[in-house]
Amino acid sequence: MTKQQANWSPYDNNGGTCVAVAGADYCVIAADTRMSTGYNILTRDYSKIIKLADKCVMASSGFQADVRALQKVLASRHLIYQHQHNKQMSCPAMGQLLSNTLYYKRFFPYYSFNVLGGLDNEGKGCVFTYDAVGSYERVGYSSQGSGSTLIMPFLDNQLKSPSPLLLPAKDAVTPLSESEAIDLVKTCFASATERDIYTGDKLEIVVLNAGGIRREEMDLRKD
Amino acid sequence: LQVMDSAPVENSLMSSESDIQRTQYPYVTGTSVVGIKYKDGILLAADMGGSYGSTIRYKSVERLKPVGKHSLLGASGEISDFQEIMKYLDELILYDNMWDDGNSFGPKEVHNYLTRVMYNRRNKFNPLWNSLVLGGVKNGQKYLGSVSMIGVHYEDNHVATGFGNHLARPILRDEWHENLSYEEGVKLLEKCMRVLLYRDRSAVNKLQIAKITEEGVTISQPYSLKTFWNFSAFQNPTVGAEGSW
Repeated sequence: MTKQQANWSPYDNNGGTCVAVAGADYCVIAADTRMSTGYNILTRDYSKIIKLADKCVMASSGFQADVRALQKVLASRHLIYQHQHNKQMSCPAMGQLLSNTLYYKRFFPYYSFNVLGGLDNEGKGCVFTYDAVGSYERVGYSSQGSGSTLIMPFLDNQLKSPSPLLLPAKDAVTPLSESEAIDLVKTCFASATERDIYTGDKLEIVVLNAGGIRREEMDLRKD
Repeated sequence: LQVMDSAPVENSLMSSESDIQRTQYPYVTGTSVVGIKYKDGILLAADMGGSYGSTIRYKSVERLKPVGKHSLLGASGEISDFQEIMKYLDELILYDNMWDDGNSFGPKEVHNYLTRVMYNRRNKFNPLWNSLVLGGVKNGQKYLGSVSMIGVHYEDNHVATGFGNHLARPILRDEWHENLSYEEGVKLLEKCMRVLLYRDRSAVNKLQIAKITEEGVTISQPYSLKTFWNFSAFQNPTVGAEGSW
């Protein structure tokens, strides 16, 4: 009598790539809009980005059903926070909440690879990067998802932050201007689209700064 | 030699005496559903086959059903789970009507409800083994969405389940455009269903096309597609095989 094997998996990888770059007084968060399963494209127009709070935006790729459920949990927790504290959650606070929410399902994880971007309490750009079970770190830039292996080395080359071990502490945020950072992000995606089959169709960019929040779109290759 | 058995290891994905109830395989299944947006609303198509493995056991299964006033549901996968989903939806619509407040669930709301049901069952490792297509019109807004058995969901101008994703979506990507007329939409769907009939072994040549507009739902009487089997490549199909391995 052989042991019964599982015949379905509760997980799927719906692909996609996310990037975030922190500036002195802005933050750029970007993700492609392709949703795939296996070698099929399900839709070319699916947003992976969600605004969680006034100064906090999250981009997630991975298993779409888990991503959506995670977004809903965070959005509802933020609503409760607003009712209790009569203010918006700061980006670092949301960063901690996301980590705790992910670890809560440590033994049946959200298959979701996240980057959180926004402005900290001083108005400086901040980016937090996560794994699927909640380990996280504040960084100057990050990428997650299927194209991250292609994009991260490029970002390291262009934006490498000083080590957090250095004394005196140096800023992790990039000295680039907002428009230079956006161009850099567009270049990242155009390149990743060439070689990653799960990245493409359209790029959605969200920019947060003192003036508020702005959205931009760019076409990517559809093949 | 007597060996004392310790408690059998119960991995959550494998069953034992105590949880025979969990879904392991589908038994009676429906194949692809294809849906498109057109000028006045949504068109869905599905054949009427219910397969029991490789046998086509049932040939009059209605896989397209209206939901409330504003939505149409098409299902592929396990037919009994589809019937269960219809029970849940009937209850949902009943409670919505009981409010008697002039408001009624549109396709967006029904799609969201179905997504949550499918995802929650997946979380309990006891999925409803279906891929669903939900289409509808409310207040002039057209909506077409899809949900899978593990809760993956999206909306688009055209959707399909199962084999439809492989065979119908490419045709739709090439030939779908905004403001298709009803006749153009039906022709396009029939083209997709014909290809599926030729190439999907679980397809049967008896289908229904359902239409939903602001005015309401119409589900056609079952009918068959004309097929052509005299392509020259099918005559002497083995002629090119001689000499090959």
